[in-house]
Amino acid sequence: MKAFLSILTRDLRLSLGSGGIGLPVVFFLLVATLYPFAVGPDGDLLAKTGGGVLWVAALLAALLPVDRLIAPDAESGVLDQYGVRGIGEEIVALAKITAHWLGFGPALMIAALPAAALLHLDGKTLAALEIGLLAGTPGLAALGVMVASLTAGLRRGGALAGLLMLPLAVPLIIFGAGSIGEFGGGALRFLAASSLFLVAVGPFAAGAGIRALRE
Amino acid sequence: MTARLAVENLACVRGGRMLFKGISFALGAGDALLLTGPNGVGKSSLLRALAGLLPVYAGSVAAQGRIALADESPALDPRLPLARALGFWAGLDGTGDAGVAAALEAFNLAPLGDVPVRMLSTGQRRRATLARIHASAADIWLLDEPGNGLDTASLGLLEAAIAAHRAQGGLVIAASHQPLGLEGATALALEAAP
Repeated sequence: MKAFLSILTRDLRLSLGSGGIGLPVVFFLLVATLYPFAVGPDGDLLAKTGGGVLWVAALLAALLPVDRLIAPDAESGVLDQYGVRGIGEEIVALAKITAHWLGFGPALMIAALPAAALLHLDGKTLAALEIGLLAGTPGLAALGVMVASLTAGLRRGGALAGLLMLPLAVPLIIFGAGSIGEFGGGALRFLAASSLFLVAVGPFAAGAGIRALRE
Repeated sequence: MTARLAVENLACVRGGRMLFKGISFALGAGDALLLTGPNGVGKSSLLRALAGLLPVYAGSVAAQGRIALADESPALDPRLPLARALGFWAGLDGTGDAGVAAALEAFNLAPLGDVPVRMLSTGQRRRATLARIHASAADIWLLDEPGNGLDTASLGLLEAAIAAHRAQGGLVIAASHQPLGLEGATALALEAAP
């Protein structure tokens, strides 16, 4: 437990220190700003499609810090030092997933407020979006750490991470965007289920990835 | 608890190639082992196997006591001041600020405690890695080429730190091309597999 908290605080401090929290939020808001320029100032159209656009933006924002999640620690020997101390790779992965989520999840939920205003979303849609982000971003965080641990040993792992992560995030996008629409309740449950599945599998898959990095 | 490390018939395979086999030794409190051998013979892999980072192909490793490993990577956050970077590991190992202060003192790094790790020179970084081992208060020290990049004065500090560690019942295994002043150390020469 002590090891978990130590790794969590260290990773969170590192991500906050390197502009980690600002970057996804700025990116997210940038997409929300550019989208009306691209489709024109039609309020109804923006309101109808805005929720889905924000979900795509959230996914891409979660992808931004992926190359910094595992690779630097693998290179500098930090992961080896955890191993020498007998800290399980799954614990390390779980701490990294939690720190990654804390680094971008709550920030995105706050950034969704001005973004919703830019896209002319009404109160009900905004509430559905916030609940969906709360349920879905932990899954995105788990997916990010999983993919990061698989690509950490590769050169140009960052580009490959995008290719690997985006298809795996399709369920989150479908149910996330669906949870905003007319029959949102069912989609929200599927979103929570997909997210829960990723969070449950994440520590084990990422832990195995970290072990494989030592070979 | 007295430190002990017993290795029996250890073999290690990497990339489908047998690096070494039939390695056996037993060390008790205060003992030291000097690993020698040509480059690429598996000295670092042996240390990593002892630390539990590499799977053991055959044989067994029985360690009693906490292990600390110093290899070529310092594992210190480059942007943090040295004392705080060491403090992260000392916190995990439960030795706290006192452990960091003693380690900085032992390797003459006390004036550099506020300097970010990325500003340190090669030799200073090497000493910082060794200070991390010192601060961990582990019973078994695994040192991979600890003398690399160190000047004469720093080598003296390293030898003094190793001697003090052994006097307190610690155990040291070092892979090195330098003698490191390991008095009464067992020597183990790894030979290239045929």
